[in-house]
Amino acid sequence: MAEHVVLHLDSITKRFGSFAANDNISIELRRGEVVALLGENGAGKTTLMNILFGHYVPDEGEVFIEGRRISHGKPKEAIAAGVGMVHQHFSLAKNLTVIENVMTGTEPLFGLKSETAKAKRKLKELEDKFGLVVDPDARVGDLSVGEQQRVEILKALYNDARILILDEPTGVLTQQEAEGLFDTLRTMAQDGLSIIFISHKLNEVMNGSDRVVVLRAGKVTAERDTSETSKEELAELMVGRRVERPVREEASFGDVVLRVENVGLSAGLVSRLSDINLEIRAGETLGIVGVSGNGQAALCDVVAGVLHPDQGTISINGAEVQNLNPRDLSNMKVGRTPEDRNTQGAVGELTLWENTVLERIKDPRFSSRGFVKKSEGRAYCKDLIDRFDVRGGTPNSRISRLSGGNMQKLILGRCLAEHPVFLLAAQPTRGLDEGAIAAIHEDILIARKAGAAVLLVSEDLDEVVSLSDRIMAIHGGKLSPAVETEHVDSRKLGLMMAGEWGGLS
Amino acid sequence: MTDLIEIFFTVGLWASVLRIATPLIFGTLGALLCERAGVLNLGIEGIMTFGAMIGWLAVFNGVDLWTGILVAAICGGVFGLLHAGLTVTLGLSQHVTGLGITLFASSFSYYIFRIAIPAQNTPPTIEPFQPVDIPVLSNLPFFGEAFFTQTAPTYLAIAVALFMAYFLAKTPMGLAVRITGENPHAAEAQGVDPIVIRYGAVIAGSAMMAVGGAFLTLSAFNSFFPTMMQGRGWICIALVVFSTWKPGRAILGAILFALFDAYQLRLQNVLGQVVPYQLFLMLPYILSIVALVIMSRGARVPQALMQPYRKGER
Repeated sequence: MAEHVVLHLDSITKRFGSFAANDNISIELRRGEVVALLGENGAGKTTLMNILFGHYVPDEGEVFIEGRRISHGKPKEAIAAGVGMVHQHFSLAKNLTVIENVMTGTEPLFGLKSETAKAKRKLKELEDKFGLVVDPDARVGDLSVGEQQRVEILKALYNDARILILDEPTGVLTQQEAEGLFDTLRTMAQDGLSIIFISHKLNEVMNGSDRVVVLRAGKVTAERDTSETSKEELAELMVGRRVERPVREEASFGDVVLRVENVGLSAGLVSRLSDINLEIRAGETLGIVGVSGNGQAALCDVVAGVLHPDQGTISINGAEVQNLNPRDLSNMKVGRTPEDRNTQGAVGELTLWENTVLERIKDPRFSSRGFVKKSEGRAYCKDLIDRFDVRGGTPNSRISRLSGGNMQKLILGRCLAEHPVFLLAAQPTRGLDEGAIAAIHEDILIARKAGAAVLLVSEDLDEVVSLSDRIMAIHGGKLSPAVETEHVDSRKLGLMMAGEWGGLS
Repeated sequence: MTDLIEIFFTVGLWASVLRIATPLIFGTLGALLCERAGVLNLGIEGIMTFGAMIGWLAVFNGVDLWTGILVAAICGGVFGLLHAGLTVTLGLSQHVTGLGITLFASSFSYYIFRIAIPAQNTPPTIEPFQPVDIPVLSNLPFFGEAFFTQTAPTYLAIAVALFMAYFLAKTPMGLAVRITGENPHAAEAQGVDPIVIRYGAVIAGSAMMAVGGAFLTLSAFNSFFPTMMQGRGWICIALVVFSTWKPGRAILGAILFALFDAYQLRLQNVLGQVVPYQLFLMLPYILSIVALVIMSRGARVPQALMQPYRKGER
């Protein structure tokens, strides 16, 4: 590997008020190298990359590209120097075509005619070279998330980027898409590009990088060649202490709590769920795995009372609930953590305490005669904050200020505080960092131990295997037979998720 | 009954359709340009009124007709600058700002008009644009007289619409305008400054609106009176939706509305004895709503319409 340094971040410091998001950070990136910037949420990774790309102005420090100093706060200069950034949330115009998104800003604004044909040829060359196939005339909004990310990468390459920065690139991708992405990155590095990707996922850092820079609380805590480190070491460096995901203990199960029989759901002519049958006993966790988009969301909505099934029955402790709404279910001690915590789990503009009592606002503890009991609500929220170790907010602060992990702890906490008989945990740790995942797992295991029936729907196979007593796979809106967790391995899970259920018992 | 259908075959009807449509075409194109960049401009009604007044006043004071049009365009651009300052730089509510500008510009027009022209029994007049016969085409039977004997600003309106269609679809700046209206952050990430683009679009769009207003006093009529806009600006806002934000369709929409309007005027002559004429006045608006419902379902609204853009926030 060439030792040529293409990018040098020199002693970068960035403060927001008194809080130092980046504290004297220096990083070098060499040609043809893939560097992972590893750190928990809030460690300062994104801030650092925004400085590099010119979105933020640092308080101290300099950025050098190919030995040349770059002025701060000017994305245009960073682009011209060959830096391309793929943001976590894509900067794409969904109503425009791929080629339009790619071409914007690449031609003189006062040109009389866009050279679309020429641009398409250049794009095609890049697509072929790096295996990033996408139709230039497709509307971006019609593309899958993985394809949209390809467009983002192509945009950077089209601008002749030699340094590519990817912020949490796999956060929105399925497993297969993520693997494809890392193959692409490898190809690009071999072609002489230099790549930094930001991540908090240990697996992809181990598999996808040459070198790892670990960031904690705004400081570089370690730099390692990937071949000379291990997941365990990185986890410890990242979190600053040993983190271990809790393990499920043997338990005895009670009576059946949740029973779903022959449930079907269609949207128009499309069947979203069919012949869904499952049972969960008290103290038991049933895990549901599957490639995203195979009916998980519909299943969760049906069980949570958001959607009502077209056929079949759902009962909780023997009482039919398929036509009840979420409030009725809440009153029956059903706890739910929805798939998308930002849109369904919490109202971002409301405070923590309002969010904790919202689904029980008619409960005499929190309101009487149509008036909200604010102080009781705040006290209740304070209690949850203490019990579930929610950091970064008081009962009166807006919930949108919380990090994903802390928001999820509060959402799960407000379910568990009511001693649910049944807990639905939909994608409970999506996008969370290692420390938060461990805490959420701990909470789910506590609910199980307290005798709740738990339905865990997740794309994280490690999570499902470590928390569940039995596992089912969902494929094309249908459920596979249940398998005892002791009897699964990754090959079997893969077959189940692909809908190959023959031979399962 | 045949009377009602025969109206459609009179040359006069079709000749008046293009005349009625002209201010609507200008106004719709102006509003469309603003919205394509992500800014709703409800100042249109007032800006058109101001354009009608100031264009007329300039000509009344001795400048030629085209200079009058230019004066209107410049004043429209100034109102656009005001709207852009309030909505783009300050990020204020585009609805409220636009309505405020409409109220302000309308009253301001009347104020200036009254200072310049003290109240009289018959409003003073100017010598407006005269019809221009397009060679050869104007000799065609029926169509010649209906479509090719209009005044110059009408031809200009069609030309501007065609230019806008080309501009948005085929030029780098047109693309920059569209991407700014869809996702300003995407524009910024590619080195295009959304704030500059929005300012430009709102100023140019507002200038077009004012020209549409000036057409009324410099071509369709020859005098100004404060209530002459009669909601044409609001019609343009609806026509933008009807056109699904495409300039070519804006012509179509404007002509359709103008046809309803021209038709109801003639209907008043035929049926005016039987039914109160106010019913016919209402007709084009009802038909417009129906057409709007049919045309604009499933339209692709610019995704960043009415969303203020602030640097670095997402």
